[in-house]
Amino acid sequence: MSDSKTPKTLYQKVWDAHTVRELTTGQTQLFIGTHLIHEVTSPQAFAMIRELGLGVRFPKRTFESVDHMIPTDTRIRPLSDPMAEAMMSELENNCRDYDIELFDVASGQQGIVHVIGPEQGLTQPGMTIACGDSHTSTHGAFGAIAFGIGTSQVRDVLATQTIAMASLKVRRVNVTGKLGPGVYAKDVTLAIIRELGVNGGVGYAYEYGGPVIDAMSMEERMTLCNMAIEGGARCGYVNPDQITYEYLRGRPRSPQGEAFDRAVVQWSAMASDADAVFDDAFELDGSSIEPTVTWGINPSQNLGVNDRIPSAADVPDEERASISEALDYMDLTPGKRLAGTPIDVAFIGSCTNGRISDMREAARVAKTGKVKEGVRALVVPGSHEVAKMAEDEGLDEIFRAAGFQWREPGCSMCLAMNPDKLQGREICASSSNRNFQGRQGSPTGRTLLMSPAMVAAAAIAGKVVDVREVL
Amino acid sequence: MAARKIENVKGRACVSRGDDVDTDRIIPARFMKEVTFETMGEHLFEDARKAAKGNHALDNEAYEGAQILVVGKNFGCGSSREHAPQALMRYGFNGFIGGSFAEIFAGNCTAMGLVCVTLPDGDLTKLMDSVELDPTQEVTIDIDTRTITYREGTLTAGIADGTRVQLLEGTWDAMGLLLDAGDGIEATGNALPYVSGY
Repeated sequence: MSDSKTPKTLYQKVWDAHTVRELTTGQTQLFIGTHLIHEVTSPQAFAMIRELGLGVRFPKRTFESVDHMIPTDTRIRPLSDPMAEAMMSELENNCRDYDIELFDVASGQQGIVHVIGPEQGLTQPGMTIACGDSHTSTHGAFGAIAFGIGTSQVRDVLATQTIAMASLKVRRVNVTGKLGPGVYAKDVTLAIIRELGVNGGVGYAYEYGGPVIDAMSMEERMTLCNMAIEGGARCGYVNPDQITYEYLRGRPRSPQGEAFDRAVVQWSAMASDADAVFDDAFELDGSSIEPTVTWGINPSQNLGVNDRIPSAADVPDEERASISEALDYMDLTPGKRLAGTPIDVAFIGSCTNGRISDMREAARVAKTGKVKEGVRALVVPGSHEVAKMAEDEGLDEIFRAAGFQWREPGCSMCLAMNPDKLQGREICASSSNRNFQGRQGSPTGRTLLMSPAMVAAAAIAGKVVDVREVL
Repeated sequence: MAARKIENVKGRACVSRGDDVDTDRIIPARFMKEVTFETMGEHLFEDARKAAKGNHALDNEAYEGAQILVVGKNFGCGSSREHAPQALMRYGFNGFIGGSFAEIFAGNCTAMGLVCVTLPDGDLTKLMDSVELDPTQEVTIDIDTRTITYREGTLTAGIADGTRVQLLEGTWDAMGLLLDAGDGIEATGNALPYVSGY
């Protein structure tokens, strides 16, 4: 362990504070401060601890939500899908048996696990946070070290509140300049993935910083960190600052009163030291980022909305096969501008872009017109809390009046484990995080990732448009 | 709670070319609507196989019974679902040789006692070409010596030091090691201000 005067990154400070011991394997046994679970990746883990005769070591540090497969139309029990109902009962039983708090529909606080953690104040700077879901990186926005784990590790956390893990390297990702109008955190995170590649982050945690990140709201930082994993980085974080503390002040699970002030002192001390050394650094000019749209089958295959779809002939040999595969699947024409690509479905929601600021930005665009005839447009708030705020502000009415469906919270069409699915070859303008083949529920369905405002604009135009022409 | 020591994976191999194969591809989300992993093997690469209309590696009879899957770069990217390695294991694969693996996928494999090793581009192509030419050959991944032996000779494979030790020692199922920390877990947890109270 290094002495206290050696400058450290936030990553190293959090890692050191949570180290239980070094293992014979060379890995570290790391204490997990907050464990979030959901209905898809936790039931098998509970079955495993039952089989081993183990209990839950820190039941008050695990929180369960129901998000992945919950319908977004009616929640009346039993759910019409018997398997979804079985999963729901299973998680209710597990929470009851092991005394774990459940944020279910009845609690009035249900939502996507990565939306409710922050909004409840469960996510705080300096924590380690794990969840059986790759988008756990979202919580890094608060200066937490947060990462996705598999079900065997969910079992490990349930039984021991620790996991065995090797430390990551840290890459500083600096975004300079100032974002233009109509350019959002979603565009920034997509641009970073385009530059560094879908596997550029393997072995790294990303520390995001620079003027563009400093100016971002907490919700924008969550969008940014959410997609660290799409660039291969298991975790991404932003150093905590005044924006972080103001967001956390008064949240139900934040420290209250004087304890909050004491917490802020501790949180501030967790930020990377000014002279901390990084294993790698990358810089991007934020002023050059355009509203961004994916054209392919992984999130790095993206361009500015006015750029032309690439051709396999334009790229080096080693990239040719993947571009051809993507263009064949997407059935898009090389050389054509992305703007103008017709769409069938519009989806606003997900752990990437299902928060109140996303709803507001999309509603701002929805006010300008009506959803194009023949386009199916869904708005799925990330949580009950988001839905309630949106409804108080009348955003639901704006969406409905424009022809969007206003749904109940959940993961919905991001991964389509519930009834919200693409049909056949439908192409969807989506504010979610993955444009993988078949991701949105139809094995041949197609996804164009973009910001929520861009999705709303596409829904109205019936095709991809530059949101700056509408705003 | 010690697990089986894993020194090698030996058997026939199956080549599935292409980079960035995500876990949605390996096991589409709609098949995860289950509370156990039991049925995962039945749906391995289901949509990819359908789309390939009989030309997917899994539909090539020559690869039937293969234990090792040879893949491209960034295999297993995307969702953290352990359903993906579960599907691969239940289908019959115990070892994976690739250009690179996504981190969470590789971690999940280790936790299940499945072996992932990497090869540089040139060697990976050599191995793929050879196995495609003669799928009946035996391929061996030797973890201790970090080598892959096949018809044409021996290649040096990459595996993280910690993972190698876990497999060789039989500590890939970390539960035993983690429990051994005893009260050290509470000591670390309770020293954290957010656990003990600000």
